[in-house]
Amino acid sequence: MGAELRRDDMEVAEEDISDSQAFRFVEHVLQSVRMDPFQVDLRDKEEYDSLLSIVDSSKKRSYDDEALLVTTLKALSEAVSKIDIMYHHALLNNIFTMSIWYLNSDTRDALLSLITRLAAVADQFLRECLQMLVNNFTPPGSLTAFIGQPRWLARKKEIYSQLHESLRMISDTVPLAPRMLKDIIDRSMPKLFDNKAKMVSFVECMLGLDNDRMGDLIGALLLAKVVDLLTELDVNITWEDILQDEHNKGIFDMELEDLGEDEDSLGQEGTKALFGGNACAEKLDGLMVVFCEHLKSCKEHGRLPQEFDILKTIFRASVLRVHKSKFAQFIMFYACSLDPEICGLEFALFLSDIFIKKEEDSISRMSAVSYVGSYLSRARFISADTVVGILKRLVDWCVDYCDLQNNIRITTKPINHQIFYASCQAVMYILCFRLRSIMDYPNLKAQLFNMPFGYILTHPLEPLKVCLPSIVDEFLRQAKAARLFNASVHSEFEDALESDLSKTFGGMNRLDMFFPFDPYLLKESDRYMRPNFEYWSMVKTTYNNYNSDVDDELVDLDAPEMNVGSLDDHVEIDLNSDDDLEYSMNKMSITPNRSFFHQIMANSDTGLTMPARIRPSISPPS
Amino acid sequence: MEALREAEAELTVYVHPSNAADVRRAVSRQLSTTLFSYEDRFEGVLLAHEVVVNGDRAKILNGLVPYFGVPVHANLLLYSPQPDMILEGKVELLGKESIHAIVLGVFSAAIMADDINEKFKFKRKGDGGKFISRSDRHHVIRKGSMIRFSVKRVDTEMNCHITGSLLPPHTGSMPWLSTHDAEYASEISSGTRRPSNVGIKIKNEQDHKTSDNEDSVINSERPHKKSRKRAWEE
Repeated sequence: MGAELRRDDMEVAEEDISDSQAFRFVEHVLQSVRMDPFQVDLRDKEEYDSLLSIVDSSKKRSYDDEALLVTTLKALSEAVSKIDIMYHHALLNNIFTMSIWYLNSDTRDALLSLITRLAAVADQFLRECLQMLVNNFTPPGSLTAFIGQPRWLARKKEIYSQLHESLRMISDTVPLAPRMLKDIIDRSMPKLFDNKAKMVSFVECMLGLDNDRMGDLIGALLLAKVVDLLTELDVNITWEDILQDEHNKGIFDMELEDLGEDEDSLGQEGTKALFGGNACAEKLDGLMVVFCEHLKSCKEHGRLPQEFDILKTIFRASVLRVHKSKFAQFIMFYACSLDPEICGLEFALFLSDIFIKKEEDSISRMSAVSYVGSYLSRARFISADTVVGILKRLVDWCVDYCDLQNNIRITTKPINHQIFYASCQAVMYILCFRLRSIMDYPNLKAQLFNMPFGYILTHPLEPLKVCLPSIVDEFLRQAKAARLFNASVHSEFEDALESDLSKTFGGMNRLDMFFPFDPYLLKESDRYMRPNFEYWSMVKTTYNNYNSDVDDELVDLDAPEMNVGSLDDHVEIDLNSDDDLEYSMNKMSITPNRSFFHQIMANSDTGLTMPARIRPSISPPS
Repeated sequence: MEALREAEAELTVYVHPSNAADVRRAVSRQLSTTLFSYEDRFEGVLLAHEVVVNGDRAKILNGLVPYFGVPVHANLLLYSPQPDMILEGKVELLGKESIHAIVLGVFSAAIMADDINEKFKFKRKGDGGKFISRSDRHHVIRKGSMIRFSVKRVDTEMNCHITGSLLPPHTGSMPWLSTHDAEYASEISSGTRRPSNVGIKIKNEQDHKTSDNEDSVINSERPHKKSRKRAWEE
């Protein structure tokens, strides 16, 4: 009898009248087993078991099976009040463990409709429904290998859309559900050692929720969770540690050097180092792509300003104080590049505000000024007047600080003034990149040349002796060529430079080095950063128009792959730096005083003729 | 609405020393972490609070954790539905099986078929449909309707979700009731449906931990609560 009834249902499944019959049948089955298991009639038990079989989540289905499943799911949607959390546990378990990735579109609609109904029933099933939806953010393990194929891309997009729609409907019906959803997403977030495909899929689906009303409710949480994951992956990339020591030398030369005579052994070393941290770097790379696509989508839908406000708060809480994060911070770089006039400027002001506020802790302040220094140097989309404006804020703070120290008249250890040294280093770093371009604007040049750099840099706190030698050297070189200081200040700088060189080996209380927006090395997501990134090799300096060797190097550097080049340059720097040091020592030992005097004379001569020989800019590769 | 009530409470809020620079703000943040959550001590969901900090002295909490207790006087707005109360809500979703409504834009209520069918009949139309009264075909409930329903059960474990019923008298579509239900109409005219002001005084101590990061965009999880003493005064 039961078997015959099932066959009848299958035969006429397409007719409305049979749907009604199926609905009544399902309702009857649910009602008949809604009691103590020992009291259930055996025939009813068998019918319930067949119902379980239809909704079995582990079963592979033929076309007919799928059609029967659709009808059953629709019938269950109409009978949610008959579903009992205790007596129908097996049925509910089958429903909640179903993976929608294997189902057809119609079946997915029916299942998700049932989930939405269940979620609205007296909160009994709300948590399980939300968990079921979140579990489907990622495809089952066996599917991850194919998920990148074109056929699956369209299907994936459709599935994400259906999941988002279901969550939106649940949120409309149970307005406090997003609060529970927060907890569930938090616990379901991919962990550090999950595979890349799972991470990317989960985050991609999850960020898709950050729109319209759901975005208002839980968007901030979603972004915060993703940034935490990015940061965690970032700090677990270990390859850079091997190059850490070399990284401290020749900060500018490292990008200019071609592969040298010891290429083979150094190349091997680099390769070995790179492989060591490959897994985390690849995962981070994939997630950066997803995040950047999300930001681009926000821009297209006109939501970037709100998103950026949230991002700033998350950056402040999660990224700013991370010790030497490498790439996660570039989400800010990309977000700013999407809207340079508003977000780009806002980020610079935000960072300089953190630096200037006394209430902030010193680690945050030092990190913020490092960020703003690196940001203004590397972000090609930042206008020169913005750079000058922020420079003025930093310089004004430095002047106040110097004045304060003059009043105190106490000599203390450099560690106590590290914020001051950090800001000086940031200012010099920015000018290394920007001085030449700023001088193209007469009014900006006037503003810049009116800033009291000489007063700050010759202060008894001696920033030129504490900041990184390579930055000090490059800065002084450009400053002299541009005549940034009065002639009377030259002699003091000459002494500073000499002393600085003599202290290179000891590194007396040298300031720690952190330039968060150094060249971006992740391959897949590089395309989001490169168009707006200022590489040192592309920077016009105040002296390079009459140094043909530099021009030649610039031309050569356009060719090599930047990712590989940067890594190799890191290794290459060591030998060249040693050579430079030896050369400098030789010069010093021969005739130190006369040598520097001669240098000044040379600079004066070439300075006088500089305007007539300025060369046009080399346009960056497009 | 019957479910809304005001209450006065004497509370002690424990504040982490890192927030000592701005105690009022810290206290407000503490209480705000409990918004829209059911609290046994209040016997309802906190919707709004107004806090007066009593004086500038606070007691250091004994033990290893150096929180300090701030005595405050709080005026609270609470949402406390009870069985047999009559509430109003807007229909968000309806089908043959159930009507789902939202009360005050935040709280969900479900009215299942068993509590509807005696008075209303479901008529399907496309993806949606509507409920039509069996006694008056002009008495209609559809998506978006404002309805009045009786509270059948309150689930305090889950954000005060309500299971309701349309079987008692004076329930159904509000526009229809306002013209056909004499008692409801007179109730509206006389304005007696305002929330009652119950002057309950609750002396209570709360052990709230403040998030160390005030700039966090995420509300911290509900803190561990320790209820030491409760005295009711009316």
